[in-house]
Amino acid sequence: MTKNFLATRTGIIAVGAAIGILAPLLQKLGNPGNMGICVACFERDISGALGFHRAAVVQYLRPEIIGFVLGSLAAALAFKDFRPRTGSAPFVRFVLGVFAMIGALVFLGCPWRALLRLAGGDLNAILGLAGLVFGIWLGTLFLKNGYNLGRTQKTHTAAGLLMPVVMLGFLLLMLLFPQVEGEPQSGILFYSVKGPGAMHAPLLISLIAGLVIGVLAQRSRFCTMGAFRDLLLFRQMHLLTGVITLLVVAGIANFVLGQFKMGFENQPVAHTLHLWNFAGMALAGLAFALAGGCPGRQLFMAGEGDGDAAIFVFGMIVGAGFAHNFGLASSPAGVGPHGIAAVIVGFIVCLAIGMSMRKQ
Amino acid sequence: MTKTIDARGLSCPQPVLMFLEAVKSPKDTRFEVLVDTEASKENVSRAAESQNCRVTDIRETGDEYHLTIVKQ
Repeated sequence: MTKNFLATRTGIIAVGAAIGILAPLLQKLGNPGNMGICVACFERDISGALGFHRAAVVQYLRPEIIGFVLGSLAAALAFKDFRPRTGSAPFVRFVLGVFAMIGALVFLGCPWRALLRLAGGDLNAILGLAGLVFGIWLGTLFLKNGYNLGRTQKTHTAAGLLMPVVMLGFLLLMLLFPQVEGEPQSGILFYSVKGPGAMHAPLLISLIAGLVIGVLAQRSRFCTMGAFRDLLLFRQMHLLTGVITLLVVAGIANFVLGQFKMGFENQPVAHTLHLWNFAGMALAGLAFALAGGCPGRQLFMAGEGDGDAAIFVFGMIVGAGFAHNFGLASSPAGVGPHGIAAVIVGFIVCLAIGMSMRKQ
Repeated sequence: MTKTIDARGLSCPQPVLMFLEAVKSPKDTRFEVLVDTEASKENVSRAAESQNCRVTDIRETGDEYHLTIVKQ
């Protein structure tokens, strides 16, 4: 039996370091500030590119996300780790994805971006990370009390391949309808002319970075939610060492690249409402814990054939539609007009899911 | 006594939780854990080592892994 190097302690540190270098580089090459990679933001941009919401400043079919899924698929196939499976409460996972996205967009970032924001000197991220840990801790209470969405079933190979095929389809759309300088639309796809959606590294570089991270993360099972959950639930540090490495290496990379600026005020794509930075991410953390993975991990699991993870991803993409159509998402000006209400509703729904869905 | 833990179809952290629950019982010293993803196999193995147990055998049959874990 071959030993999986990337699943060892050295391996997970190497993966954290790789992401910690690649993300600031992607920012240097054009991605938005402290957003070299943000799975929630990028899925939100994809939602906008497809016209599921029409927030003009956040529309771009991010190739990094496509790369994550396809890289994971390639790694899973190469190492005989492709396991087509589905059927563990799919609609519950969809709803969790919706509220995970809403919570993340109240904070303005997924856990990866929370780390990258802190690594760029954005101190507001401390509130977000504290909220994330609190939300995950809530999730572990449910796990200890028997919360369980049930077993998956083995399914057709073609069913497991469907998510990667959808991502290939997205890539094809980008090639058929490429961005036209200064135009908000190309064929059926929407493109931001200004704002974070207009800021991106060259397509090929984004795609390759996504593929590399997809391969590494699939092999190592890198997961920011799992990192804190395993610490709280099992006192286990394995995944957390990768997360801490990401934070430290990204901090150093930002320093070297001149992207480090410490403070609370005037941080890129961020607001300074501490309570809502905390509460938004707490909601997201709870949803991730109940769904069994952070947004990045859900993409990698979707790539290795997990149809339920794919449902969670599309829950997030639809959630972004709700978030922008209903004024739930925050902006540098503060929380959206209905963001607070949405966080409260999200907590009620997620707590009800945690309490009611226990093993029979 | 040998205890069999069927964690097939369950994703992390469930297989690890099931193993940690079972390992508490003083009368069981040997565990057969069934999982169906490599991630679960790695997670359960890691949890076993943290509980002073040793993974003595991993058999791969089709899409499943049978782990034999013995208390030290």
